[in-house]
Amino acid sequence: MILIHCPYCDEKRPEIEFANAGQAHVARPLDPSSQSDEEWEAYLFIRANPRGRHHERWRHVHGCGRFFNAVRDTVTDKFETTYKAGEPRR
Amino acid sequence: MTHHSAFSLFAKALGGHQDWPEQWPDAAPKPAYDAIIVGGGGHGLGAAYYLAKKYGITNVAVLEKGWIGGGNTGRNTTIIRSNYLYDESAHLYDHAVKLWDGLSQELNYNVMYSKRGVMMLAHNVHDVQSLQRHVNANRLNGVDNEWLTPQQAKDYCPPLNISPDARHPVLGAALQRRGGTARHDSVAWGYARAAAALGVDIIQNCAVTAIRRGADGAVEGVETTRGPIATKRIGVSAAGNTSVVMQMAGLDFPLESYPLQALVSEPVKPTFPCVVMSNTVHAYMSQSDKGELVIGAGTDQYVSYSQRGALHIIEHTLAAICEIFPIYRRMRMLRTWGGIVDVTPDRSPILGKTPVKGLYVNCGWGTGGFKATPGAGDLLAYTMAKDEPHPINAPFNLDRFRNGRLIDEAAAAAVAH
Repeated sequence: MILIHCPYCDEKRPEIEFANAGQAHVARPLDPSSQSDEEWEAYLFIRANPRGRHHERWRHVHGCGRFFNAVRDTVTDKFETTYKAGEPRR
Repeated sequence: MTHHSAFSLFAKALGGHQDWPEQWPDAAPKPAYDAIIVGGGGHGLGAAYYLAKKYGITNVAVLEKGWIGGGNTGRNTTIIRSNYLYDESAHLYDHAVKLWDGLSQELNYNVMYSKRGVMMLAHNVHDVQSLQRHVNANRLNGVDNEWLTPQQAKDYCPPLNISPDARHPVLGAALQRRGGTARHDSVAWGYARAAAALGVDIIQNCAVTAIRRGADGAVEGVETTRGPIATKRIGVSAAGNTSVVMQMAGLDFPLESYPLQALVSEPVKPTFPCVVMSNTVHAYMSQSDKGELVIGAGTDQYVSYSQRGALHIIEHTLAAICEIFPIYRRMRMLRTWGGIVDVTPDRSPILGKTPVKGLYVNCGWGTGGFKATPGAGDLLAYTMAKDEPHPINAPFNLDRFRNGRLIDEAAAAAVAH
């Protein structure tokens, strides 16, 4: 089981306390009605699926309940870092 | 290629099985091919076989970065069924089930397709309604599926616990009698042997590192770890690594790759006559001809290429298995492993053309690609040979994520499929 550092609780906790919430830094369009089909497709469905360094969101559901971002290597599953939501991409 | 028969088997047995020839030659890459298949799993080998057999394109290479059938083809739980809800899916998966019939004869290789029946359990009122809807939808599409009472389910699969006091009570079950299992390795080997006999080069330890494109954008070949190879047609059948290969052509795909785990028990005498699946508690099981209980677990929740998953996923599945089949509570598990499955947003595959000329794709089968092996191979071959999709795989195009015509088996099945 993976241990994940929650940047809010500032503790390493087991993976089962957390829920993965998909790719990080996917910004919802500010003006939805002006989006083309292509832009909607990119926002809703197209995902980075890298073999290597990956930015993703996690939620500490059985802890503080807050969302944060993480950088993880998808081959080793090792976490490089975690940081609070709203902070710039690392 | 020597023809396999009961007589040849008997003759080899007299010789102590010492002088079996190699099943197919270990080919080295040539400078150019009419078509290249990226990925030497069942789907890719099947596509190469059907290209040569049905569509007359024999100058074909299958490029496999590891060894034949060493990816998801050798890691799945070998279940075959076609009881999908939507019309498009029912036709797609039933096309494959029809090809499973007679596949051993066609390939002259025993794939051990056993129609032992796939039974899906209903544990609550929602399950009952959902599975009965599946039964009715399937029958309208000509796909066999029938509803069983708890007692009928117990008669079909005696180890099942149908006590009303059970942790996961059984309120009924849907049974597809044509469903069953096949020997996964045999499928890969059978297709490889039959394709090689028709002139296809099966090239192992040959990873694709780049896709070469001309000034007009069309594909011109691939770079590999064993040198460049020219071709005008590339079919990508790379399962969990599809996103990585598509990036080589500059395409972003609606895919995410997750580890999916399975495990087997120590081998025991035949006790489990069919395949039982429970989507609600996320467990499914069958017994191999070797006697091992073959158990499928769920996917991990995060994107990964690690080919192993977390223990708590397996624990969850085994807890459910022990409740549904109490006789196995003292069984010991022998091996666990993981494969990387590529999952689409609607949990239906993508099988057809891409925006790049000469580049075709067969991906997104998620947790349920094995059952489709012959069908996916045949349809990818058709699409590559004709440069247009077959009516069966036309709805499974990439454009559906733009125009919204999703085939939402995700909502229909919710979990394992």
